[in-house]
Amino acid sequence: MTLRLGVPSKGRLMDKTFDWFAARGIALRRSEDDREYAGSVEGLDGVDLQLLSAGEIPRELAAGRIHLGVTGSDLVREKLVAWDQKVEEVARLGFGGATLVIAVPAGWIDVDTLDDLDGAAAAFRRRHGHRLRIATKYHRLVREFLREAGVADYRLVDSQGATEGTVRNEAAEAIADITSTGDTLRANGLRILSDGVIHQSQATLFRSRRADWTDATRATLAEIVERIG
Amino acid sequence: MTSPAALRGEAIRAAFEAAGAVPVETPFLLPADTLLDLYGEDIRARAYVTADPIRGELMLRPDFTVPVVEAHMAQMAKGAGEARYTYLGPVFRRQETDETRPIEYLQVGFEVLGHPDPAAADAEVFATIAGALDGAARRAVTGDFGVLLAAVDGLATTEARKAALRRHIWRPRRFRQLLDRFGGRSPVPPARAALLAAADPMADMPPLQGLRRQDEIAARIAALREDAATPPIGQGELDLIDAVLSLRETLPNVLGALADIAVDLPALGPARDRLAARAEALAARGVAVDDLAFEASFGRTSMEYYDGFVFGFHGADPAGPPLATGGRYDALTAVLGRGRGGVPAVGGVIRPELVLAAEGAA
Repeated sequence: MTLRLGVPSKGRLMDKTFDWFAARGIALRRSEDDREYAGSVEGLDGVDLQLLSAGEIPRELAAGRIHLGVTGSDLVREKLVAWDQKVEEVARLGFGGATLVIAVPAGWIDVDTLDDLDGAAAAFRRRHGHRLRIATKYHRLVREFLREAGVADYRLVDSQGATEGTVRNEAAEAIADITSTGDTLRANGLRILSDGVIHQSQATLFRSRRADWTDATRATLAEIVERIG
Repeated sequence: MTSPAALRGEAIRAAFEAAGAVPVETPFLLPADTLLDLYGEDIRARAYVTADPIRGELMLRPDFTVPVVEAHMAQMAKGAGEARYTYLGPVFRRQETDETRPIEYLQVGFEVLGHPDPAAADAEVFATIAGALDGAARRAVTGDFGVLLAAVDGLATTEARKAALRRHIWRPRRFRQLLDRFGGRSPVPPARAALLAAADPMADMPPLQGLRRQDEIAARIAALREDAATPPIGQGELDLIDAVLSLRETLPNVLGALADIAVDLPALGPARDRLAARAEALAARGVAVDDLAFEASFGRTSMEYYDGFVFGFHGADPAGPPLATGGRYDALTAVLGRGRGGVPAVGGVIRPELVLAAEGAA
């Protein structure tokens, strides 16, 4: 039986993943036909390469349809309930770094911490008659983070892209989004709360705890771990 | 075929009808906006959300409280006053962390709305639910958010600080954090200190965007300055709050302890009197109040919309989910009244599946 390895199917994340494995003597190849999401592995036997959307890899791992998968640690935490019971980190790959943060308009000079955000949210709701809106696509991570911090009187609004622009458009008062350098946030007149870092994410190789592990796939995993170790 | 739990539920509903309750039917799908406004974002973690292009977001009912109150308010508009309701049906709970918890279970409820005497109505609900459980419960616990709220109101500090504490009474950790700050026991964060030290913090303010305007920021800075100039809440008062929060005794002993605490915190007096009146009303309904447990922190993390009397009935497993829970939720009806005012409201629900399991285990 072969070990099924899922990797991102396009973009920088795919290229960097291929580079990372290549540097460790495992050559991942995408099939000649660019439209076909299939690939092959050279330099290691018994691996079936599957090119998948990075956003779907957590689900595939949790379902046990792939044994190993490369995706962002933020996506695993957002999409999988009790993620550490379903998957295990094998290696952090050192790229694809991004930080999920809470940011508010730079002009909010009275708001620097989550405690301030909570205070501002209470006053905002009294004034405007609705809860302070935070735009994000990371609903679960943000909600859990704000619950832990005891922030009340906010509401999440879904934003699947261009989240930094939602405040200017008055569709939200604050945002929770991924940033790597903070440049886009600054360019949009937003500032990260001093205690507003929710999660430091990077591309990570995960092992599924739910996949059907046999002696053969276990041996292949051991070989991979040795090469990357 | 009707399941044993549904049959048990029907028998309980019949008992509630015999106690004077009118059966009500409520929709399965509720407007998400109403629930989000009441319960906050956390409801999304507990309720299933769905949507259509016409009505927008809808939630599968996580409980019956909101639709029953809304049905009552519709009746009030037609001149109805005091009323009792019962209902039976499934509720739906989304699970994000524990796969073993049920996502759908039966609730059969008894609610008293518009009753002018809170002690009598509280006792009526508690005794009616205890009667319907028919010995399936091993232990009852009661509490009262009115006592905690009165303790906060009695603090010798600003209304702003009391409002902040009241707002977080259901979030014990945040409540504690605020008490530490107001008591001068936690350091002022550096950015806050710098803001307060600035002569004119608005002078070189970065450009503003979004709905929150400059005057709102100025108002909050003024509030922060006022708070910084307010003396810390004294250690003695903090100790009294701790004493109230840690009350965990039989009801008569709690009444005694509260009388002692009220010597130093007189604002507790009326709350203690209400508790005493409830104890009398419970005794008049045949409840053994001398052995009835009272825990001041009961339900603090799980019963956010209750603001007075609260109770739970446990089966053999004290750590398991309660067979029945309930309490008073006057403030919730005031929010649902949307300016037309609220209505005194107290009620409770029984979970027939758990009752059957408890009886099977007995």
